[in-house]
Amino acid sequence: MTEKQLKQLYDKAREARVNTIKSIGHLGVGHIGGAMSIIEILTYLYYSEMSVNPENPRNPDRDRLVLSKGHAGPALYSVLAMKGFFPIEWLDTLNVGGTNLPSHCDRNRTPGIDMTTGSLGQGLSAAVGIALAMKLDDREQHVFAIIGDGESNEGQNWEAAMSASQYRLDNLIAFTDYNKMQIDGMTSDVMNLDCLADKWKSFGWHTQQIDGHDFNAIEEAVQAAKSMKGVPSMIILDTIKGKGCSFAEGKLSSHNMPVSEQMMKEALSALQEVN
Amino acid sequence: MGKDMRQVYTETLIDLASVNKDICVLEADLMGATGTKPFKEAYPERAFNVGVAEANLVGVASGLSSEGKIPFAATFGTFASRRAFDQFFLSANYAQLNVKLVGTDPGVTAQFNGGTHMPFEDVGMMRLIPNLTIVEPCDTVSCEQIIRLAADHKGSMYIRMHRKGSQTLYPEDQKFELGKGIVLKDGRDVTLIAAGFVMVPQALKAAEMLEKEGISAAVIDMHTIKPLDEDLVLSYAKKTGCIVTCENHQVIGGLGGAVAELLSREYPAYMRMIGAQDQFGQVGTLDFLMEEYKLTAKDIVSAAKEVLQKKNK
Repeated sequence: MTEKQLKQLYDKAREARVNTIKSIGHLGVGHIGGAMSIIEILTYLYYSEMSVNPENPRNPDRDRLVLSKGHAGPALYSVLAMKGFFPIEWLDTLNVGGTNLPSHCDRNRTPGIDMTTGSLGQGLSAAVGIALAMKLDDREQHVFAIIGDGESNEGQNWEAAMSASQYRLDNLIAFTDYNKMQIDGMTSDVMNLDCLADKWKSFGWHTQQIDGHDFNAIEEAVQAAKSMKGVPSMIILDTIKGKGCSFAEGKLSSHNMPVSEQMMKEALSALQEVN
Repeated sequence: MGKDMRQVYTETLIDLASVNKDICVLEADLMGATGTKPFKEAYPERAFNVGVAEANLVGVASGLSSEGKIPFAATFGTFASRRAFDQFFLSANYAQLNVKLVGTDPGVTAQFNGGTHMPFEDVGMMRLIPNLTIVEPCDTVSCEQIIRLAADHKGSMYIRMHRKGSQTLYPEDQKFELGKGIVLKDGRDVTLIAAGFVMVPQALKAAEMLEKEGISAAVIDMHTIKPLDEDLVLSYAKKTGCIVTCENHQVIGGLGGAVAELLSREYPAYMRMIGAQDQFGQVGTLDFLMEEYKLTAKDIVSAAKEVLQKKNK
């Protein structure tokens, strides 16, 4: 990746953070922590990797994304708006009655959303189904899926993991947002995920573990995953919950928290300073 | 002996798949039980077995559907409903996808698998899912036609299907329409509304028994439990003034509940509900279980006489 490309990605990531904080701040409450931790992967996918067409969101020749941790929808909405899937003004309508941007991802409401998610553990199975369908239709594109670390407690993920391996779904690349926190505390205290990479490896997945906020590492891992034949890929992203948002970064309380106008202003001003 | 229900199910899907490349079959380690191995032989690339993992079964079917495939996913009715309810609710239905979920071994037909495997609650659970179409074919003719209608229908469905038995109640050229019940026998005094392989023949037999006692009973095959054919139910409630529903299911939440909800709103009439009376299942032969849960023609006759007595008071 050139310096120029890298700078563009960092700029887009900052813009996505600003938009997400504004969107949730406008409403006054939201899932800020788990949205901030996936900003880099979303930015990389939509600005450097995925083939998508905002004019034709259901174009069959596109790459797909299933955001299984559907509560992080506001981060994805920011990136989709920046890409032109819908007007940026929509971000102010998050969770307003009748909105096209509900807290959890909805394929029928939001242009660019490929799968409805929200009840944790279901997205990876859907991604397996999408990957199977893409193979049936001889499509060369990929389906990407993002699951949470807390979400990994759900047994259905491991059912899906077995089936992706059984059906040799090398067109499926999944990410775990491993920010080490879930609603009730640290994952190590609530439900230990130690040896997470070994877990995925033992399920037959090509598994990598990287710094989820480092674009160079993300690119290297995604390209390695794409080169694999006959196996699905898991990329575990070591991330920080609330990353880049002054009032949320590293805080257990950031899963779903109230955001005052003052907090929003401070967070936005801190992001400008980074600039 | 004619073809059994699962054979008809599989042959119909093979026939549909020959002209529609989107038809897929999904199983959760019950391919042998559902009888879909011939589909796998005919279309190996479109037959998926996810192992003993019903949540994943419904999730994968939903993903296939989001790409325009038409997945028919089958497992025992207990697992289709209780085990994968949230997946069917959200990934398939809330997402407005097109998943045909087949729940086999309804009610007492689970027989020796017993209470753990005896779905008396699947229809009740499924009725709570907005806009879901719920069907229960009663013979091989309706099974074939309903599977064809399901493939054409845009939207998810729950297909409650007995798999082992063979019976033919309809002529080969009978026409079916989703949401439209069929009057199998007309009558003046009481209406028997039944659904499924076990109960429709019992209702017909009960009507014959009642006829011998001078009681004229109408029999309706309510093959679509949701959306309920309200016009038909109301017209027979008005015509006969009393109704007995007959279901191989809990009386709570199923066909009886659906009819009662309608009548209490539009045309209160005396009712009796044949079905499991807030009970769990248990092991036994089909005959034993039908006696045990009072699902026989004799029980329907008694219930019919009770409502007639109430009506004539």
